[in-house]
Amino acid sequence: MVAIRTKPDHHTYTFPGFGSEKFPNLLLRGAGDLNNWHLNVYEQQHEGYVAMKAALKMEPVAVTDEVKASGLRGRGGAGFPAGLKWSFMPKDSADRKFTRYLVCNADEGEPGTFKDRVILEYNPHQLIEGMIIGGWAMQCVTGYVYIRGEFLWLIEKLEAAIQEARDAGYLGKNILGTGWDYDILVHRGAGAYICGEETALLNSLEGRRGEPRVKPPFPAAKGAFGQPTTINNVETLAAVPPIMRMGGAEYAKIGSPKNSGTRIFGVSGHVKRPGIYELPMGTPMNFLVEELCGGSSTGKKIKAIIPGGASCPMLDEKDFDVPMDFDNLRARGSMGGSGGLIVMDESVCIVQATLRLIKFYAHESCGQCTPCREGCNWMEMILHRIEHGEGRPGDLELLSSLTPRIAGRTLCPLGDAACGPMDSALQKFRHEFEHHITHKTCYVQGSRLLSTVGAH
Amino acid sequence: MNHPQSPETSKEPLAPGQRLPESERKEFSAEALAEIQGIMAKYPEKLAATLPALHIAQREFGFVSLAAMKAVAKAIGIPEGHVFGVATFYTMYQKAPVGKYHFSVCTNISCALRGAAQLLEKVCEKTGVKPGAGPSPDGMWSVEEVECLAGCGVAPCVQVNHDVYDELVDEQKLIEVMEACKRGEYRPWAQ
Ligand SMILES: Cc1cc2nc3c(=O)[nH]c(=O)nc-3n(C[C@H](O)[C@H](O)[C@H](O)COP(=O)(O)O)c2cc1C
Ligand code: SF4
Ligand code: FES
Repeated sequence: MVAIRTKPDHHTYTFPGFGSEKFPNLLLRGAGDLNNWHLNVYEQQHEGYVAMKAALKMEPVAVTDEVKASGLRGRGGAGFPAGLKWSFMPKDSADRKFTRYLVCNADEGEPGTFKDRVILEYNPHQLIEGMIIGGWAMQCVTGYVYIRGEFLWLIEKLEAAIQEARDAGYLGKNILGTGWDYDILVHRGAGAYICGEETALLNSLEGRRGEPRVKPPFPAAKGAFGQPTTINNVETLAAVPPIMRMGGAEYAKIGSPKNSGTRIFGVSGHVKRPGIYELPMGTPMNFLVEELCGGSSTGKKIKAIIPGGASCPMLDEKDFDVPMDFDNLRARGSMGGSGGLIVMDESVCIVQATLRLIKFYAHESCGQCTPCREGCNWMEMILHRIEHGEGRPGDLELLSSLTPRIAGRTLCPLGDAACGPMDSALQKFRHEFEHHITHKTCYVQGSRLLSTVGAH
Repeated sequence: MNHPQSPETSKEPLAPGQRLPESERKEFSAEALAEIQGIMAKYPEKLAATLPALHIAQREFGFVSLAAMKAVAKAIGIPEGHVFGVATFYTMYQKAPVGKYHFSVCTNISCALRGAAQLLEKVCEKTGVKPGAGPSPDGMWSVEEVECLAGCGVAPCVQVNHDVYDELVDEQKLIEVMEACKRGEYRPWAQ
């Protein structure tokens, strides 16, 4: 057996009042404690596997209904209602039996996002329990966890945790006498952001290049190995045990209307206490950034915040009070995304920041569709020349004419994702781009976000 | 697009249609073959073993050369072209040799906000190698610039050999990490 890493990480996980009724700790119970991943700790201290045992006594449909009642929306980015997604799975009939799969998306790769990692580090059994409950609700035969390849130590830990669950009889044949066979397998990725997209993930799971598929058919009809499949994010599945414990209706009371429950927000960039914060949906952004994270770490004013991972349009000062849930962020022209907040202070050159983001999309585009493959590269090249003092008059118009030709015209949402930061930067910080073109230097002096040694 | 990395002997990236140079044949060890067989049995289709087998190939042979890809194709019983396509798509499969300690430095936005660009320059200066330019002459170090490692809150973030993350890396920390490598406290590449 491999040794499980016990190296502490430096993230912040908690704050005064966390765990009280106002700030329930449904996902980060015991986070920070490196022994917490063991089954006995989870069962003895955190009501572990109570929900699973209750769910296995219920009709599968009733479990799905409970998740529907909770109003849980997917935490992977799009915020799609989880219970509804589960109900799309075809059911067995007298003349047709299906092989169904549940896939957990643990490919966390969205820049600014580091929340699934915490669940895998401290609470893997909560994910396993969620996957057993989901597997029961949809009557799946196997659950796959697709986990990014860089998380090798978490893969080792998750496999050890799964083995503990097998030994306890929670996975395998005839689970707890129900006659239902189910196991969880871990599949290691190999470094491709696009494999987070659900159909690219399925291709990668099947041993192919991680290129997104044309939809329809949707995974619920034809997913992994051609069989009906549901794909959920780690955090979505880990939210299922608390839902089953407290009941869907009770869970629905947490958070804001139509955006129930808690969510893990990861804050990075220029704040005093960056880290991981579990908060009810709809918590105002400035409460998190100013009160919990202690505000700017540099003493300079905060200029822009990307509210949900790199793909979300950035927000400026006037929107810092936005309640963080899917609908409110959308109303302000951004997205809830993956819950990763990237905080930038006044010392940041927005042109450099945008270039770095677009470089990421140009690098990670799978290359299947022309608007994304060519468009992202063109945006990168134009931004590159603006940043390096070679911008031309008309470049900004050129950039604005590119994004509508990419967004909405691609096979998967990566193309749209690249346009979010681009459009919002141009709209909110246009003067910085103009300054670059006319004065050939940064509007803010001394910003150094780009390395000078080689590129990839 | 995942740009193909340069093959083991050529300094140039592969042009479309160009092939990796032939290299000596690679044979999996009996244990590795058994491991691949075991993985194939776990999935409904044997093709699904492609990614895990390439990880095993990288562990066995140090990097994924053309010969290693062929060995994977043979072990699973799938077309070589398929394995080649998969291996060149994913960035974690190194298509050229790397050092005993391979540094992946995240330079994406959250890390950049906390000095990743300067850190990458420091890493290059201290190890004497450029990102993606192969290992140092003594074979100790290699450096790669990578995208977000999901350690954004404790940026800047460096990964050594795909199993250790080092976080909040400043110059002092970097020196400590390199010293620990020299003392052999980190698992060397491909073990
Ligand atoms: C380019 C791209 C990358 C994505 N990366 C991830 C990811 O790393 N993790 C994740 O859970 N979802 C990711 N998604 C969203 C998934 O496609 C999918 O919507 C999600 O896993 C569904 O789970 P949920 O309903 O629980 O949110 C990504 C989507 C796109 C377009
Ligand atoms: S939008 Fe980009 S990443 Fe998505 S399928 Fe098209 S080329 Fe690939
Ligand atoms: S941006 Fe560097 S780890 Fe996420």
